[in-house]
Amino acid sequence: MYIMSVVYNRKVELYEMSWVLRDGLRDSLVAAAPYGGPIAVMKESQCLSPSVRPQLDIYTASGVTMATFPWKSGPVVQLGWSVSEELLCVQQDGTVLIYDLTGAFLRHFSMGQEVVQSHVSEAKIFHSPYGTGVAIVTGSSRFTLATNIDDLKLRRLPEVPGLQGAPSCWAVLNQDRQTKVLLANGPELYLLDNTCCTSVVLPGGSPLDGVFVHIAVSFSYKYLALFTDTGHLWTGLANLQDKLSEVDTKIRSPPKQMVWYVVTCRPVCLPTCLSVHLPVCLPTCLYPLDEACVCVGELDGVRLLSPSRHELLQEVPLVCEDIFKIASMGPGALLLEAHKEYQKSSQKADEYLREIKEQGMLGDAVRQCVEAAGHEQHTHTQKALLRAASFGKCFLTNLSPEAFVSVCRDLRVLNAVRDPSIGIPLTHTQLYPLAIEVCVCVCRLVYRRLYPLAIEVCRYLKTPEYQGVSRILRHWACSKVQQKGESDEVMVRCISGRLADSPGISYSHIASKAYDSGRTELAIKLLDYEARSGEQVPLLLKMRRSQLALSKAIESGDTDLVYTVVSYVKNEMNRGDFFMTLRNQPVALSLYRQFCKLQEQETLKDLYNQDDDHQELANYYVSASYREKVQANCYVSASYREKVQANYYVSASYREKVQANYYVSASYRERYWWLKLKSLAEKEEWEELEKFSKSKKSPVGYLPFVEVCMKKSNKYEAKKYVTKVTPEQRVRAHLTIEDVEGAADAAIERRSEAEIGTVISHCSSSSSSSQRLLLDKLQRALTTANRK
Amino acid sequence: MSPHATRRVFTSKGQTDGCSPPLSLIPMAQSIRRDSPELPDFSLLKRLARDQLIYLLEQLPGRKDLFIDADLMSPLDRIANVSTLKQHEVDKLYKVEYKPIVSTSDQLCFLIRPRLQSVKWICDVVNADKAAGKFRRYKLIFTPQKFYACENVLEEQGIFGDVTTDEWGFHLLPLDDDIISLELPEFFRDYFLDGNQRWVRTAGCVLHLLHSLYGPFSKVYGIGRCSKMAYESWREQVEEGEQKGRDGEIGSVFLFDRDVDYVTPMCSQVVYEGLVDDIFRIKCGCVEFGPEVTSSDKSLKVMLNSQDKVFNQIRNEHFSNVFGFLSQKAKNLQTAYDKRCGMDIKQIKTFVSEELKGLKQEHRLLSLHIGASESMMKKKTKQEFQELLKTEHSLLEGFDIRECITFIEEHINRQCSMIESLRLLCLLSLTENGLLSKDYKSMKAQYLQSYGVDHLPTFANLKQLGILVEQPTGETLTAMENKVGKLVNDRAAGKLTDAFSSLAKKSHFRALSRRLNLVLERDGWTGLEEVTRLLNGQEFAASGCSEADGKARSDTQRTILVMFLGGCTFSEISALRFLGKEKGYKFIIVTTAITNSARLIEALLDNRA
Repeated sequence: MYIMSVVYNRKVELYEMSWVLRDGLRDSLVAAAPYGGPIAVMKESQCLSPSVRPQLDIYTASGVTMATFPWKSGPVVQLGWSVSEELLCVQQDGTVLIYDLTGAFLRHFSMGQEVVQSHVSEAKIFHSPYGTGVAIVTGSSRFTLATNIDDLKLRRLPEVPGLQGAPSCWAVLNQDRQTKVLLANGPELYLLDNTCCTSVVLPGGSPLDGVFVHIAVSFSYKYLALFTDTGHLWTGLANLQDKLSEVDTKIRSPPKQMVWYVVTCRPVCLPTCLSVHLPVCLPTCLYPLDEACVCVGELDGVRLLSPSRHELLQEVPLVCEDIFKIASMGPGALLLEAHKEYQKSSQKADEYLREIKEQGMLGDAVRQCVEAAGHEQHTHTQKALLRAASFGKCFLTNLSPEAFVSVCRDLRVLNAVRDPSIGIPLTHTQLYPLAIEVCVCVCRLVYRRLYPLAIEVCRYLKTPEYQGVSRILRHWACSKVQQKGESDEVMVRCISGRLADSPGISYSHIASKAYDSGRTELAIKLLDYEARSGEQVPLLLKMRRSQLALSKAIESGDTDLVYTVVSYVKNEMNRGDFFMTLRNQPVALSLYRQFCKLQEQETLKDLYNQDDDHQELANYYVSASYREKVQANCYVSASYREKVQANYYVSASYREKVQANYYVSASYRERYWWLKLKSLAEKEEWEELEKFSKSKKSPVGYLPFVEVCMKKSNKYEAKKYVTKVTPEQRVRAHLTIEDVEGAADAAIERRSEAEIGTVISHCSSSSSSSQRLLLDKLQRALTTANRK
Repeated sequence: MSPHATRRVFTSKGQTDGCSPPLSLIPMAQSIRRDSPELPDFSLLKRLARDQLIYLLEQLPGRKDLFIDADLMSPLDRIANVSTLKQHEVDKLYKVEYKPIVSTSDQLCFLIRPRLQSVKWICDVVNADKAAGKFRRYKLIFTPQKFYACENVLEEQGIFGDVTTDEWGFHLLPLDDDIISLELPEFFRDYFLDGNQRWVRTAGCVLHLLHSLYGPFSKVYGIGRCSKMAYESWREQVEEGEQKGRDGEIGSVFLFDRDVDYVTPMCSQVVYEGLVDDIFRIKCGCVEFGPEVTSSDKSLKVMLNSQDKVFNQIRNEHFSNVFGFLSQKAKNLQTAYDKRCGMDIKQIKTFVSEELKGLKQEHRLLSLHIGASESMMKKKTKQEFQELLKTEHSLLEGFDIRECITFIEEHINRQCSMIESLRLLCLLSLTENGLLSKDYKSMKAQYLQSYGVDHLPTFANLKQLGILVEQPTGETLTAMENKVGKLVNDRAAGKLTDAFSSLAKKSHFRALSRRLNLVLERDGWTGLEEVTRLLNGQEFAASGCSEADGKARSDTQRTILVMFLGGCTFSEISALRFLGKEKGYKFIIVTTAITNSARLIEALLDNRA
């Protein structure tokens, strides 16, 4: 314990408590939240008897009453605070009741059925990176853990061999992302995790005689201390691998409470333990405590809570030590001195300054003063240090002012919240503990509903609006909607007016809070302000306003949303109502129809029936019958297909039959002729074709006959029909059988300019002599035709 | 080529035609503008898509088999080829075929469009594996986004926990320098026929993506309900995210719903690119020429874009000009080849090293396009096609309607192509503002008897869209006449033929692009309310960001993004390119898919339900 000798500790008085406690803190359940949080007090003697109703009081750290109410539920084993400053009350039957700072009941959960019988014998509330957890040990010596109360998952830990009744002491450890329980049963130590129970031997080898009576884990879960009834104190790392020290404290009576108090600003982290009822046990000094008090572990010290005052026991930070140590010659100390002399208008100021400057330490001096100011609790000391720093700064040219400015800013905020009326005794170290985006005090203020101050702080700290002011306003709105008494309109106007131009406000969140507190109408009105329909719709569905949800979803133009609502409504309503709803919403209807087409054909039919949509119904039947046919085709495999193909080849005779049916109606005669002549040509039954052509006057003319013959390249047959073609089509007929001369004759006969032109264009391609003659003839005919 | 066909050109002929009043409202002093601005670089979109896909594939480490939706194959090929996929441990590639799978890999990855059918198939696959006691890891990648309905199916089938799902935000595929496609052919049917608005948000996302990469846009205009909704969806997304002010590369944005104009896509296309699409079907900027074109026994896949020097010059030309151009080109090529005669060794060396490769390449392309146009020529010069074109023309001009009806009836009775017949019917209805009740009934009956009664639902579909309808009794032709009259010119109504002929020249779309021009001049729809109201209404205009600061951004102002919701045809693209050349604008075309008459009608078919 060599280094320990140079550690200075100090006890700073935070507040004179303004509370009035009848019996002090003796025999009370006391829980104080870390980071200068609130204090809950309940008389212990009464709370285990069901007949008497004890009083539960919630105070600020300065002892101002925030809430007080009689406890109406079962006997309470343990009180504790969650990270978001909710009060957890663990009852004997394993129920955990959660209250907010104002004493309003929030919710409850149970630690398991088994506990109801066996009762909670001890409970611990702990904080981990995952949130706030609860651990209990039952009367039947079983442990149950819940690592995060906001995402409740109960874990029942395995049995501990040989443990009868409650363990002599235990603690919750957080290692390798796992939550474990370390417990002592007499002189034995066990480590419990999810799956197994392992016996632990303390490293360091020293056989500790005696029974473990206290286990304490440091704030960061890094260090561990064990105390035996023989007065031995073992300290080490919480991984149970390394020993730091082992001391015989010579204290025989076991301490009532053992708390870690870790100093992080030293190269070697020094554990210290202290005990209540006894003078604080330190290797070098003992703090006598005159009253019974409660210790609260903090990040950088221990708060001592006694009926009359609230103190902070803290190791003196190195910079402060350097400045305020007796006869210190540190640069900061000299600068402070220099400034004092300067204020007294003494020339000594110059001497001091010179001395610092000679060492070239002025920059360091300023830095020290600034830093030390941050660690001081009392404003006059802060002021003196900052003034000294600013005095020193005048003699420097290139010192960055950032540190000075930020410390000044932080101190202003800290002093504001430390005010006894607010009562949040945060230290500068606690202000930004884990690089979270918003400083702790803003959260604290919001939990206490001190919104104006929180907003001021945010603005002062220049927190981005999105993270700062908007969040505070959201909290404000959420608590506002839970208030009774104001009408919906007033409330909506009030909220929207205040929140109007803040970015990142989620109205749906506020609305869901309103809905949770039973104000559905208010929630709907608030949802109108929500810009993102994706947020509106699910809440509306939750509130069973499916019609409204549907129209909102359609407004948004997001079909996925519409579909969500439709599929929800489908299960929610009976069919008739569902169809009626859809009927009023064409967009949803068409979406559902398309879905049905692919998934539920039968529903589709019902839908059309309901709408009296005969057209669609008819279409439905048409396609349904075709579908059946296709399926039939599939089943009747090869043989059937062959048959069909055979049918195809039966051709003429078969087709004629089919066509005969068409023929019944006169208007189908044309098609009949077309079909017949085409199929005859296909089969090259030229005689039949000729017979057919003579059977009646063709309603399609005779050009088609020419064409079908030419398709089979049968010029001979084609010629037979050319003469029958009407004069208007004759030129074309001749051209079809490649009889240019005939075409030319026909064209000249007709004296049609256009037709002559067509023939010319046809024969111009070749250049035989006969063609040329023909061309001349045509040209002549063209000119005569033109003359006319 | 018939004279009729040449007169119905959308491209270069438009201006020279005397009787058309199209762009004449704008002073033609500057005539052809010299300086079209440079287009933004859209290859960035490809890179983004590829990187995201690779990231997603790496989320499933180890060897895996990849199943791809059939219609995603070609787009995927443009983003990441097989070797890229193999680099990221894709073992085998399969097409989604709705059959039991044969893969032996223990990791399966599915790259699909968010369709219920595909998801159901995957459920079957997974359940079959479960029944067989096989353990595999499944990953579903939906593109461009996943829908709740799909996840719902997974849940219903009880495999939601067995698969992981992801989204591949592959929204835009740049097909060419100025064409970007969403490759969502189902957009048309989903939105316009089934009234399903699920893709509207996707369209909004596309705008948002373009806006954040190439924006901010200075002005946004649109016609149609879908455009409006897409615009609103985009605005919502812009408001959610923060926007940095910077110089945009795109000036104005125009949004069009396909239902504003059905006439243009229902016509046969006469521009080279359009014709190639009509006949050979361009798929994802890539066409497969059969043996008759390549004059070998293999078919050949060819990319058609501005990289192809020959194609680039003829794509927007009227088909009748193409052949002449190609032969001229062939001659030039020959001369270039001929140069090497009479060269000394050194010259030949440089010739071979520098020019020959280019010439060879050009030669190859040229022969290909000559082959293609020959094959097209063969088809198009046939008597039937001539008559088809003539009928189309008459329909647009609005004369000889009876004759046209007879032609269509014959077409149906002869059981010519089913799609073609339907297309003519639609065109008839569109231009005549619906068929007379008598005609409608008889034509429908004839059609059903020729092609099968299973087309009944198709007719219902067409009716629903207003493409093929009965003329409402009481209303006569004057409504249409009025409509068109106002559209093209403020000429006195009643000059029926005039109005129709100008419609024919320009078709609806010409009018549309003209209005687009006017809007640019006037900075809004003001004064055109009447016209737009007749064209299904729902126009809107909104200015995006700060006004352009003077001339510095004038280049940007002349880059215009045109987005077609429901697809656009190559003819329309050509028309826009032409307009751009005339006026010194540069158009970027964003479309949900490239379409044409056949695709449009196929989308509406319902005979295989």
